[in-house]
Amino acid sequence: MHRTGDLYGHFQTLEQQKETATLGMWIFLVTEVLFFGGLFLTYTINRSAFSTAFGIGSNTLDITLGAGNTVVLIMSSLTMAMAVWSAQVGKKKLVSIFLIATLGLGTVFLGVKAIEYKQKFDHHLVPGRSFDMKYHPTHPMPGDDPKELALEKKEVEEAFAHDPDINAHGQLYFSLYFGMTGLHALHMIVGAGLLLWLIKGSFAGRFTPQYNTPVEIVGLYWHFVDIVWIYLFPLLYLIDRHR
Amino acid sequence: MSEHIVSPRVYIVIFASLMLGTAITIWAAFQNFGKFNIVIALAIATIKATLVVLYFMHARYSPKRTQLVIVCSVFWLAIMLALTLADYDTRPHEGRLASANTCYHA
Repeated sequence: MHRTGDLYGHFQTLEQQKETATLGMWIFLVTEVLFFGGLFLTYTINRSAFSTAFGIGSNTLDITLGAGNTVVLIMSSLTMAMAVWSAQVGKKKLVSIFLIATLGLGTVFLGVKAIEYKQKFDHHLVPGRSFDMKYHPTHPMPGDDPKELALEKKEVEEAFAHDPDINAHGQLYFSLYFGMTGLHALHMIVGAGLLLWLIKGSFAGRFTPQYNTPVEIVGLYWHFVDIVWIYLFPLLYLIDRHR
Repeated sequence: MSEHIVSPRVYIVIFASLMLGTAITIWAAFQNFGKFNIVIALAIATIKATLVVLYFMHARYSPKRTQLVIVCSVFWLAIMLALTLADYDTRPHEGRLASANTCYHA
């Protein structure tokens, strides 16, 4: 394709090129909104039908890790936005620094997520043959809060007395938990790959006040992933805490 | 169109608001507002998402064309949510999504 510097032949100015790229990215994000929207819808319907099981499932999540991850992710959005600003004002070194910070925070998020997943495996809360909501309250792990555990035990026992199918409904909650957070994490991994590509470009001094479209576009994607988490956190972690 | 550069000060104010929003969500989750817990949680999340879209994603300073696409995404999402939920809410069901002998094969 014919290209002069950063300007492709079918555009007249860099500005027009950037506007077009931004519009294209937004159209992709619309499809993403509807994609995640479908999952949120599935969650809402099942949650209203099986609220007891969803409440117990939600209360097993670690609120400290969840809230911590929310802070980490919002911070990474700030550093991403700052990377865009640095490119726009021509501070080339700062672009690299902010991009690396964003990647670092994204990695921390994924690490915390891995710890949370591991915990669910240990507690027999992964949908499948060994899924059992009664398991964890009767098999305490080191580091468990005895008060929390007693509360969980009481909740689970009451629920089982009322509805013997609670393990089936609990699996619905955890299927959605792993499905939604897993897809979100997959988006983060893709985002981390894009950030690596940007960091490479920033080391080569590619991003300037005239041309910073890639930083802006990846930024849009990164902020979108942040928004998905802004909804996931209250819906998955906080729905039944006022017990 | 000349490019609008959002200053770091704006970014930091937005970041602080998002942190405040997160703190309020967590606090509100532990209070008993009955039916309204979920409404409050979603309202705060939506305010946070709007701040991210307007400032971090520069929607406020984007061309009208881009803004139209953003509004469309919300509109389409609303159609999907409203019509599907209306369907589920108006079917008879007790502890399951729809009773076995309801509606599906007419």
